[in-house]
Amino acid sequence: MDSALSSPPSPGDPAGASAAGGSIYLEDKPQTLVKLLVAGPFGVGKTTFIRSLSETAPLHTEEVMTQTGALVDNLAGVRDKTTTTVAIDFGRLTLPGDLVLYMFGTPGQRRFRPLWQDIARGALGALVLADTRRLADSFEVMDMIEEAGLRYAVAVNSFPDSPSHHPDTLRDHLDLHPDTPLVVCDARSRDQSADALIALVGHVLEVLDQQQKDDSTPGRQHGRQQPQETA
Amino acid sequence: MNPPADNRRLVPAYLATTGRARPSRNTLDRLTVLHGASDPATVSGLRPEETRLLELLRGGALSLAEAAAHLRLPVSVVKVLVADLVDAGRLMARAPIPDAELPERQILEKVLNGLRTLKSS
Repeated sequence: MDSALSSPPSPGDPAGASAAGGSIYLEDKPQTLVKLLVAGPFGVGKTTFIRSLSETAPLHTEEVMTQTGALVDNLAGVRDKTTTTVAIDFGRLTLPGDLVLYMFGTPGQRRFRPLWQDIARGALGALVLADTRRLADSFEVMDMIEEAGLRYAVAVNSFPDSPSHHPDTLRDHLDLHPDTPLVVCDARSRDQSADALIALVGHVLEVLDQQQKDDSTPGRQHGRQQPQETA
Repeated sequence: MNPPADNRRLVPAYLATTGRARPSRNTLDRLTVLHGASDPATVSGLRPEETRLLELLRGGALSLAEAAAHLRLPVSVVKVLVADLVDAGRLMARAPIPDAELPERQILEKVLNGLRTLKSS
């Protein structure tokens, strides 16, 4: 999540061109707007990922949260003692068929939960970006996604100095359900980032089909293996 | 620490919304599509933030999240502004998915096919 921001368009600017070259505006016809979350801990490459795919320069909204007593990390600016702001990066990708896909970069920390729930509402699914140097940071993110009832896939962002591990080892460390996709991608690559989203959406479709098949089976399939329920 | 039960947020930019933190309608989403009304009434009596929003939308339609980003206002604040402007007939807001009957499966398939076209381009 970086806070670099291109200057906003001057309102009423007839060109309305974004830094990425396209118009900032939606096409003048009925379109279906959908969203996916790109979730992960700070510094994992969410904004890079979104930038690789977005047709506009990534935008961000400043979100204000009540955080009495909570630690303020280096991402958030404090406006007074009871509020914090956090920047939510997002990008837009127009697809054939009058479809517009929005990708929202969502921070993983639990203290952003109210904001998280607001962004997650209606999302088709979530891509969890993970870093092999600190896989454990992804647990909190995956917990929140499961609580929100979203399907997800995991994309390990390969940094130049990342230790490379066998996918089975990563899967094991992340305690993933066998059906949850795990892909390795370079978030700077448009093709590889698209592949990661393809893996995610393909998975969501499979889960949907599976659900329809065994609708009578109680319980919900989780992305991670669940320990036996304890009271 | 538990978050407030009603997801309430304090909004420092409350002055833009005359002190209210909740919009007058609850159907607004980050992906709600905003258009300026085709026959805009006079812009008198508007707060500066409302005028900026209407000026931004003069160029075309935007999602609520995009409008908030361009105006550098929190989404929660823009929701309040939008609700008021829609109530006043100065702004039109449309649901993200125009055809409510469109099944999720069909949307997912369209997304999947769309993403695949990126790869071949």
